[in-house]
Order: sequence, then C-alpha cells, then structure tokens
Amino acid sequence: MSGEIGRETAGESGGDVRQKVDAVYREESRRVLATLIRLLGDFDLAEEALHDAFRAALEQWPRVGIPANPRAWLVSAGRFKAIDAIRRRARFDALDDPDAQAAPAPDDAEAWERESVEDDRLRLIFTCCHPALPPEAQVALTLREVCGLTTEEIARAFLKGAPTLAQRIVRAKAKIREARIPFQVPPPADLPGRLDSVLHVVYLVFNEGYSASSGASLTRHDLSGEAIRLGRLLVELLPEPEAIGLLALMLLHESRRAARATPQGELILLPDQDRSLWDKDKIAEGCALVEKALTSRRFGPYTLQAAISAVHAEAPAAEATDWPQIVGLYDVLLRADPSPVVELNRAAAVAMRDGPAAGLALIDALLERGDLSDYYLAHSARADLCRRLGKNAEAGAAYRRALELTLQEPERRFLERRLAELQAN
Amino acid sequence: MKYLCLVYLEERMRDALPKAELDAWIRDALSYHETLRKSGHFLAAQALQSVHAATTLRARGGKVSLTDGPFAETKEQLAGFILIEARDLNEAIHAASRIPGARYGSVEVRPIWELNDLYSNERD
Repeated sequence: MSGEIGRETAGESGGDVRQKVDAVYREESRRVLATLIRLLGDFDLAEEALHDAFRAALEQWPRVGIPANPRAWLVSAGRFKAIDAIRRRARFDALDDPDAQAAPAPDDAEAWERESVEDDRLRLIFTCCHPALPPEAQVALTLREVCGLTTEEIARAFLKGAPTLAQRIVRAKAKIREARIPFQVPPPADLPGRLDSVLHVVYLVFNEGYSASSGASLTRHDLSGEAIRLGRLLVELLPEPEAIGLLALMLLHESRRAARATPQGELILLPDQDRSLWDKDKIAEGCALVEKALTSRRFGPYTLQAAISAVHAEAPAAEATDWPQIVGLYDVLLRADPSPVVELNRAAAVAMRDGPAAGLALIDALLERGDLSDYYLAHSARADLCRRLGKNAEAGAAYRRALELTLQEPERRFLERRLAELQAN
Repeated sequence: MKYLCLVYLEERMRDALPKAELDAWIRDALSYHETLRKSGHFLAAQALQSVHAATTLRARGGKVSLTDGPFAETKEQLAGFILIEARDLNEAIHAASRIPGARYGSVEVRPIWELNDLYSNERD
C-alpha cells in the first residue's frame, strides 16, 4: 500500500480532497471505466465498480492522502469492489476476505498498466460503435460510456426524450452482453469498414464539446479534447484519408477556441474574431493533414469540410477570405454528402461572394422546403442577411424566431444583442 | 458460446435457379460444413424442406390446434440453419458471412440462450 499511496496531500481539508476527487473524476473516470470493462467483461458491472471506486476514494483519500497514481488506484479499487460484489451475489459470503474491502494491492495496478490504457479506450469506442448495434445506439452509447455524458445531455443533444435514450442504451448493453460483442479493436481486414461509424460518432462527440447544445457554457473543452485525442489514435491506427480529414477538421475548429468567445463568454463570429488568437500550431497541423488527405484522392465529406476550414484559417483577415474557393468546395461537398445544413452554409458563402441578396434567396428557398424551419442557425443567418440589406423588420422577426429555437445561453445573448442593436437603429 | 445462423431466402428464387447452380450451391454448403468442422466451429447444420411442407401448431388448454404452413408469411423463408461454436459475435459473424446461402438471402445470427446457466452459481 505505502508504495502506491503518496503522502504529499496529507493535511488537506476534506473539502480540498473532495475537489481533487471531482477533478480526478472529470479527467480519469472514462479511462478507468474502459479498463474496468476489459478487466470485468461487463459494462454494467464496470460502471458499478467505477462508482464504488470513487466512493472509496472519497472515504479513504482524506485519511491516507491522494495516491501518486490515482487512475491505478481507482482501477484496482473498482476491480476489488466488483470481485467482492460477484462473490456476494454468488452466495460465497462465508469466504469473504475482509482485506478485499480495503484498498487494492500494488501488484494489480502494475498488471493492468502493462496493457495499454489507450488501447482500452479504443476498444471501448470500437465496441460502442459496433455495426451490430443500431446507429442511434452507437452514438448514445459512445457519448455515455466514452465521454461520460448523462442520458439527459444526450437526449437534449439529439432532441429525444430521456426515457427513449435510456432504453436505447440499456438495449445496446444487453446486446453486447447477450450476443457477446467482444471488447476488441477489429483486426486489420475489418478495420476500414468499422471506421466509418466510429468517425461519425467521434465527430458528434467533438461537436458536443465544441458547442454544447444547451446550457450556460459555450464550449466543453474536455469533450473536444477527447474527440481530438480519439481522432489522433484512429489516425495512428489506421491512416485512412477520412480519419485524417476528420482530425484536420477538429484541429482547425479547435484552433479558433480562444477567439470565438469573449472572456465573459460572449460569442464572436468568424469575421469578427481576433485572428492573432488563433492557435497557429493547430492550424499548421490541420492544414498539413488536409493536404495529406486530399492527395490520397479517396477523401470524403470530413476532408472537404476541413479544406473549407483551412481556407478560412489561411486568410490573414476576414476580408481576404477566398470566397469563390469556399463556394467551390461546398459544391463538391454537396455532391459528396447532400444535406440542408451544407446548403445553408453554402448559401452563407454565396452571400459573401455575390452579395447578401443572392444568399438570402437561397436561404428563403431552403426554409420554404421546410427542412430547416426549426434550425435556429437558418433563422439567424437569414436575420443577418436581412439586416445587411436594410430589411430591419424582417431581420427582427428572424432573430426572434432564432431566439425561440436555441437553448444555449451564449447564443441567446448574442441574438439578443443583435436584436437590441437593430432596434437602436 | 453457441450461435444459431438462420439462413433465410426466397424459396421461389431458389426454385427458379438452374440445376447446375443449385447443385454447386449444395456442394459449397456441404463443403463449408466440412470447413467449419475442421476449424472446430461446427455443431449442427440442416437444410429445410419448403414452407409448403410446414405445419404450425399451438397447444392451449390441453388442446392442440394445427394450421398449414409456416408460423409467419414472410418475403424470405427460413431455409436452413447452422449451429456454430464461436468465441464471440465477431467470430460468429466471420463464420456466418461465408455461409453460401448468405450470397442468395440473409443470415440471422442469434446467440443461444443457455438455460442451464440460469441454475449455475458461477458467472462465466
């Protein structure tokens, strides 16, 4: 025990330890869970063990100090608790070893650490994205298990009821258990086919972190960081063009993090951002990855979106943006992956290339079709173009419609500011 | 772990195949059973007569009622099965994907519910 538990925090108050445990939970709980699933072979058992381990940490760390390697401690503690629970369920109460209730032995920590923890997370994501599971369940399960979102958060992100989402997750876990979907990274021959669903899920996770669908905070850095880390792992494992394209796309979006909101959390749109705040290393890495993916000639939607993002990143000022190139890339993207949201983005680019009236005509046609009538960005884009055309009454109505449709606080404040500016004129 | 691979296909399509193709399919099927036997995956396999030969029965209150035909009228009919032993679903899918019938119809891979496990104290 003494080899495993550090004393450096002895003397800290209970509140400090509680905060530290919370921080460890945020940073490590998903990694601990992934390893526990491998060790215990069952999602529900591993989740239970994870919570038992953190409960044990809250009890023991204030007394014995925070361990030097909290993750190792938690994995071992969770495993002990689970084995204990299995024994009790199996009516072996009489054989219960009182030592099993206490903190784990260091040997266990070493044993599991010899297996790469990164591999465990990759195993977890490939298992959650297994094509034998329905697509909606893959996304829900990955967000729940890999990213630790609550069922309510996932439900809000996907405009579904929480009970529906919960049932989806329960059924998916039951199928993993009953059909014995293995906790494995697929062999090389199966990898390309399995990658598509994984990329889709990773990108959704990134977006959840980049722009949380509701709540007070615009960005949830950890989630985007997780998605980028998963993206890097995937590129390392299988340098397929679209995996590279997705990583590039995430890096290029992430490069603008510091510029896209004021310190008070107010939203700043791309043309108004202070480009000196953009992360040049991420841009350089993202642009290099885009080129690599494009030269493969086997690229798809992720690479094209990354290429569009790279054109923005390479413009020294908003006025210097190469809009004809961006519209051209959107044209290719629309052919590769037709969707109303891509059409909306293309319309915004056309408005920059050919003027607001041209963009407005495209957006109005889109809204008339009804595909995006409940999408707040369609209404706020329309409002913006009306404002630039001096159609203030129409702009006001569109901002108000957008406000009705967004739950996210920074977006709401941004729209309210625009509306106030409009009324002041 | 045991998996039952249920081969579904349109009987009409099968019946319309040229004899040479049907013969080749049957040869492939028998040879694939042999492959599975050698790799240790094979437990049992049978092809089924047409659904025209099927009888469905229900026993209710000590009374058995019979109806002609399969349990459900479907576009594809159950045409045969292979019971295999596999480490996990991936291995089962791998084995099932090479069943010759998969090229003509669909193969449903169903894990076997081991009822004996319900009475066992140990988790496996």
